[in-house]
Amino acid sequence: MERAVERDIVHTKELIVNMGPQHPATHGVLRLVLEVEGERIVKCTPYVGYLHRGIEKLSENLPYVSVLPLTDRMDYLASMVNNIGYCVAIEKLLGIQVPERAKFIRTMMAEMSRICSHLVWIATHALDIGAMTVFLYAFRDREVFLDLFEMVTGARLTVSYPRIGGVRCDVNNEFLDKLYNFIDKFPKHVEEYEVLIDRNRVWLRRTRNVGVITAEEAINMGLTGPTLRGSGVYYDVRKFFPYDAYDRVDFEVPLGKNGDVYDRYRCRMLEFRQSARIIKQCIEKLPEGPILAEEALKIRMPTAAVKIDKKDIEVALYIEDKSIEEFVQKYPEVYASVEAPKGELGFYVVCDGTAKPYRLRLRAPSFVHAGALPKLCEGGLVADVIANIGTIDLVLGECDR
Amino acid sequence: MTEFLIRVIITAIIALVYFGILLLHVAYATYFERKVIGHIQMRLGPMVVGPHGLLQPIADMVKLVFKEDVIPSQVDRVIFRIAPLISLVAAMTTFSVIPVNQGWYIGDINVGLLFVLGIAGLGTYGLILAGWSSNSKYAFLGGLRSAAQMISYEVSLGLSIVGVILLAESFNLTEIVQKQQQYWHGMFLIPQFVAYFIFIVAMFAETNRVPFDLPEAESELVAGYFVEYSGMRFGLFYLSEYLAMFCMSALATICFWGGWTIPPVLLKAWPWLGNIPGIVWFLLKVYFHIFLFYWIRGTLPRYRYDQLMLIGWKVLVPLALLNIVVTSIIKYIF
Repeated sequence: MERAVERDIVHTKELIVNMGPQHPATHGVLRLVLEVEGERIVKCTPYVGYLHRGIEKLSENLPYVSVLPLTDRMDYLASMVNNIGYCVAIEKLLGIQVPERAKFIRTMMAEMSRICSHLVWIATHALDIGAMTVFLYAFRDREVFLDLFEMVTGARLTVSYPRIGGVRCDVNNEFLDKLYNFIDKFPKHVEEYEVLIDRNRVWLRRTRNVGVITAEEAINMGLTGPTLRGSGVYYDVRKFFPYDAYDRVDFEVPLGKNGDVYDRYRCRMLEFRQSARIIKQCIEKLPEGPILAEEALKIRMPTAAVKIDKKDIEVALYIEDKSIEEFVQKYPEVYASVEAPKGELGFYVVCDGTAKPYRLRLRAPSFVHAGALPKLCEGGLVADVIANIGTIDLVLGECDR
Repeated sequence: MTEFLIRVIITAIIALVYFGILLLHVAYATYFERKVIGHIQMRLGPMVVGPHGLLQPIADMVKLVFKEDVIPSQVDRVIFRIAPLISLVAAMTTFSVIPVNQGWYIGDINVGLLFVLGIAGLGTYGLILAGWSSNSKYAFLGGLRSAAQMISYEVSLGLSIVGVILLAESFNLTEIVQKQQQYWHGMFLIPQFVAYFIFIVAMFAETNRVPFDLPEAESELVAGYFVEYSGMRFGLFYLSEYLAMFCMSALATICFWGGWTIPPVLLKAWPWLGNIPGIVWFLLKVYFHIFLFYWIRGTLPRYRYDQLMLIGWKVLVPLALLNIVVTSIIKYIF
């Protein structure tokens, strides 16, 4: 009799909730299929690929320089870092030495990008948890950085500013002054966000001990960036494999302890300040000199007979087939990574001696982090899913590529 | 018989005027909300329609009325249509006994306070039925959340008012206001500050406002129980939410802030204050509470479902019970 009740009459089943791809809190087109028992998550399955544009495949059919704008479209919140990552990889492939000034400019721009990306993160993370005001405060500050990008590069989001062997155009004093003045004030603005959310009981309750991931698990899942550092693992590409001018600026890598949503939040909040510190140092130490490597000029010989001098480098868009060959003999394949705001962004390039990459493989942190979602969400409540999506800082453009 | 008919007609006219004014207040409460939150967030709020966006609520209403009313194919049609009306009627009926000034009311009944609480509780049915009949998972979760939330917070809301009832020795709203005049400060807020605190917290939960807006949590459940609604039916839910806010604010004003009266100590110091009509004081106090709703919405994140329950049952209810015990003892001794 009891068994009959169990089997037939009282039959409970998990409710399947399809969260996304269109959902206000999934940051684009992430789709999560949740099996919920009441409010508790029993199973969480992420589905990605709704924003797939085939960047890896497309780049096999493009000259090295023309791949650059594609990388803008990956993590569109920090396109500068993507560009730099690609350039660093190709420079490593071709053995190009980047001039000092370009290195410092790149470092500065990368950190500006990191601040921009983190600003969008804090804005949406707070909005998801319900604190609406932080969203507008953060976007106000982001606007300043986007305007600064526009001053130098002419674009606000998809900048395509770095070039293989340097940067596209030089920064002027007006830009540096504006940036320095704002960066000077910026840590105070960060404090403003902290006042709004960090000392707020509701925020603490929503983030502490939610989505806990231990150091070991984090490493096993391949997490990187603030998501890994929140668990207390000291790993930062900028410190371990310094590129650009990171070995000449002074900064700290903030670490968390418990690996919960709150610690990851703290890590990123501290990174704001470290980024501001790096930008300040870059402006102070910015050396004079060329902004594009000599070798890069040689490689950039256009096929059309356009006379080139250093000033109108922009005309140079194609790589001469022959000049690349000798480099390729030495380095047929290369992996280089940079510390993107989301985590370690890797570029693996296989070169077959032609002007186009044979294979370009991107290690997108968002993709790896999306894989950690089931671990983070299962056992939690529906509201925690939102906090977890926010805390791993997904950008689907990068995840799906 | 004719006398009775005339009384009915007069009451009906009063009710119509009352609700007309009330709905205008609700419309402009949305404007007020957008302005307050706008300024908290360092932007201007509506500025385009009319001077300083003053016609925005009218434009919104026109838009909502003329929108296509989509009823999804999988819903339970009858309940889907009735649900917003239940919410609205419940929210509006509460106002029939709320006095806004000495003698300004539609009906004056001796259990006014209980009537308001009872009818306000009925509004929950609208939310639950909307969530259930929509046949959508988000709406379903929203409906369940609202059911649980309303039940738990109604308890603490009711218990918090018991202290006031003990002091006023009456359920009649007008009498509650008059009893507060016996103090020099003219409000129950000071002897009943614990009850007021509980009332305010429960008030936010009852009206589904931040930080307790779980049934409609936009980042989790998209829009919660009214996710499938559109056009004016959606508008009706909105309307009833704002009406509920007004009702709760009015109740807080009457029970704790002395309604339309001003503290006797102020009146003694500045006698000319007595010339200002009571309705002005009443509205000022109500709008202070409305402002409180908006202020908190601009400041706080949202609680999680289990934390909401925890606060309701483990903090507010014991605190309210303690308040009743202490109030009773003090009342007995003095």
